[in-house]
Amino acid sequence: MTYIAKPRLGSEALPRNAAGFTRRDYEGRVSTLCAGCGHDSISAAIVQACYELDIEPHRVAKMSGIGCSSKTPDYFLGASHGFNSVHGRMPSVATGAALANRDLTYLGVSGDGDSASIGIGQFAHAMRRGVNLTYIVENNGVYGLTKGQFSATADKGSKSKKGVLNADSPIDLVALALQLGATYVARSFSGDKEQLVPLIKGALRHKGPAFIDVLSPCVTFNNHAGSTKSYDYVREHNEAVNRVEVVLQRHAIETSYAPGELRRVVQHDGSMLLLRKLGQDYDPTDRIGAMNHLHEHAALGEIVTGLLYVDEHADDLHKHLNTVEAPLNTLTDEALCPGNEVLQALNATLR
Amino acid sequence: MDSMTVPAITAVNDFVVKFANVNGSGSASANEMFARAIVRMGVPVSPRNIFPSNIQGMPTWYEVRVSEKGWLGRRGGCDLMVALNAQTWDADVAEIEPGGYLFYDSTRPLKGKLREDINVIGVPLTAICTREFTDPNQRRLFKNIMYVGALAGLLDMEFEVVEGLIAQQYRGKTQLIDGNRAAARIGYDHTRTHFAGKIGLKIRRSDAVGDRIVIDGNAAAGLGAVYGGATVAAWYPITPSTSVVEAFTTYCRKYRTCPESGAARYAIVQAEDELASIGMVLGASWNGARAFTATSGPGISLMQEFLGLSYFAEVPSVIIDVQRGGPSTGMPTKTQQSDLLLCAYASHGDTRHVLLFPEDPHECFTMTAQAFDLAERLQTPVFLMTDLDIGMNERLSQPFAWDDARAYDRGKVLTAEDLDAGKSFGRYEDVDGDGIPWRTIPGTHPAKGAFFTRGTSRNAQARYSELGEDYVYNMERLRTKFETAKTLVPPPVAQPALQPTRLGVIHFGSTSPAMAEALDILAADGIYLDALRVRAFPFNAEVEAFVDAHDFVFVVEQNESGQLRTLLVNECEFDPKKLVKVLHYDGSPITARFIAGAISEAMNSPRLRPLIPTKG
Repeated sequence: MTYIAKPRLGSEALPRNAAGFTRRDYEGRVSTLCAGCGHDSISAAIVQACYELDIEPHRVAKMSGIGCSSKTPDYFLGASHGFNSVHGRMPSVATGAALANRDLTYLGVSGDGDSASIGIGQFAHAMRRGVNLTYIVENNGVYGLTKGQFSATADKGSKSKKGVLNADSPIDLVALALQLGATYVARSFSGDKEQLVPLIKGALRHKGPAFIDVLSPCVTFNNHAGSTKSYDYVREHNEAVNRVEVVLQRHAIETSYAPGELRRVVQHDGSMLLLRKLGQDYDPTDRIGAMNHLHEHAALGEIVTGLLYVDEHADDLHKHLNTVEAPLNTLTDEALCPGNEVLQALNATLR
Repeated sequence: MDSMTVPAITAVNDFVVKFANVNGSGSASANEMFARAIVRMGVPVSPRNIFPSNIQGMPTWYEVRVSEKGWLGRRGGCDLMVALNAQTWDADVAEIEPGGYLFYDSTRPLKGKLREDINVIGVPLTAICTREFTDPNQRRLFKNIMYVGALAGLLDMEFEVVEGLIAQQYRGKTQLIDGNRAAARIGYDHTRTHFAGKIGLKIRRSDAVGDRIVIDGNAAAGLGAVYGGATVAAWYPITPSTSVVEAFTTYCRKYRTCPESGAARYAIVQAEDELASIGMVLGASWNGARAFTATSGPGISLMQEFLGLSYFAEVPSVIIDVQRGGPSTGMPTKTQQSDLLLCAYASHGDTRHVLLFPEDPHECFTMTAQAFDLAERLQTPVFLMTDLDIGMNERLSQPFAWDDARAYDRGKVLTAEDLDAGKSFGRYEDVDGDGIPWRTIPGTHPAKGAFFTRGTSRNAQARYSELGEDYVYNMERLRTKFETAKTLVPPPVAQPALQPTRLGVIHFGSTSPAMAEALDILAADGIYLDALRVRAFPFNAEVEAFVDAHDFVFVVEQNESGQLRTLLVNECEFDPKKLVKVLHYDGSPITARFIAGAISEAMNSPRLRPLIPTKG
């Protein structure tokens, strides 16, 4: 692959969003991933979500660990700062960044190896700590860069490209996120952009830990018969609970759905999630119900997708720590340093 | 008082009192009050905790060295043992210097034969408490303050000083003040009545303390982080560093609470482990906040990968390492200087880090504050290498001072205005020739200055690159940056000998007070050494010049392998034969006796003997 940027010519003619940016302004460098990789579809979905949300690109910080998925932040939001950290440790770096500046939008991109294997501790603690972060796992059940080893999300009995059956039980990050206190939990599929884009939009507007597990088939190492993370398998077993539409305050609410089909969830920042029911009755504000639903359907071999849980009253780590409204990285010397007079008074108490 | 076979020790303002207690019995604050009372009488003391890794029930000791001359290092030996722990009785009694004193609770009669070369002072503490107080808690706890009173009486101290400290400690709690004062008074009167004139140890009011303060190094480092402008602290509990962040928390609540909103101008997170602690520090620093963590050796071991990222991605970080005995799982409550190599070369790949070596709480304060300036100026990890001896013991130190005109050095950061003014930006370009590139903080500018942070595999513009020449450019720039660091870190402190000498001694950190005293002892024996206290790594030109100017240089360290010496040989390419190891590593703080003994012994070697001037 080449590493040159895409030409920006002609972007003048493209439509602009309310913030004055074209879709191209949300793109990054040319991907170096394999052709057909699910991760590239997720990058495209992130671009579209940010464009549609009228986010200023430079107000997003992109955080990642190590792996194929963690390389992707270079391939979207080129005008944003990005931090490709160390394997499995994106959550702690994102936590520190979020502490330093509460005003940016934090987008963490990780993989199943990065989050469920080496990084499961940090994943768990970022969820329970309430970091205001959109945390996307691009889940393919396999290590790509090291050529095809199972990761911890690989299903028991799933077959590797070399024909080995996985004997270990899988870790379901969605189930964990629900149990650990994430306040926005979703699962989606890289091949279903219509479902994925609104879920990312809702997560980016959510205040608190928002987790999205995106099944994202690895075309090179895990897209064969016998794999439970292949395009075909995921399509056949996908059981969506709802369809989401994100409505910003300034947009008119579409009411094309029949009454009773829609459920409205207003988030902290005033944005509204419109949830259209699909099939069975599903309450996305019931954490325990969500956990039961997930486990019941997993036992049937189904992959439950959609917005599985959202807490309208979520808050975040800054609320818990009662930090000042101004980002900590903007505080002046005067606000930080108590000065010599205070020090001399302190000396007097130490004699 | 029993009859004596050797003369009783007599000393004014120059002896060691050691308390043998049971951990968790409430003795700690009484012992501290005893030490502070002596300071209030203008006499320098250096107290030290010798404690187990335990919450309740194990033996613990508190050693108070009284020294009119102001020697603050551990002396060794014990002149007055306050033996209040039956478990360790035999060893405690055995430790008393011949002619020394044993103070004990004589409620129960002594069994067996005691040493004949010590003086025994029995005070029936338990019996008196049972007689005087009815509440079982008071009976137990007032025993502690009672022995403080008894010792004050014994050593001819001013009772008003003890009274004053009680009033200060229990300010606003009249009942506690009255009870404690009464208990102390009973102890005081008891020894005044029964032992007046029978003990040769005495505290006499002096003016040798000056305006110095008493504080432990961890509290001073926590305060230094407040003054240094740290807003984010991420940490994981580990002895002996835990009280650094506890102090930071206390001082932040006091000095960093927004007066209008009551909200915090700081964020402190107890992380799930040290990997997460340092990860949070990097995230916060990358995002433009001053951030630090405090840990000890095992924590540093866990942080290795992130420390390499901090070095290569050039993200500032401040790490306070309160060193304890190694190996990683060992000796958590014992002191050592054994993390130098671990920190100097932390992580995989070719890394070298900045280390600061504070000698006492005063430097824990100043160097912690300075560490944030250095970390941001150099965009690299900076380690404050303190240890348990400094960190967890109260130490007489110079008072704190802050220059209100001082502004934080935030290093090379391009603002939105700089970028709009057309300043070119290549994240890893050496535009100034000092090896330090410019950086931008996320969220700064809508169109300019964004970059993707990675460890390596990138060119000077922070674009992905696996080209060898890009890697080499980067490494050479980092080497230049390390040279720049030499000019920014605190210079060494020289203490020239009273006579010209071809011998030198290098020491650092908590060895300082024992070293000063050892030089005095050695000079009295006709052994003169120029001393240099190294305060930072990388070593600057003065350190190199010092070694070059001497035939032999002793390197005094509190570790087994001579880690500072290894750094000196490795970085400055000195002839190893020239650097003579003096090593103390049993987990106790180094003493002047040990240093002077080791150096005297080494002087007898044929190699060094010709360098001693003959007397007369």
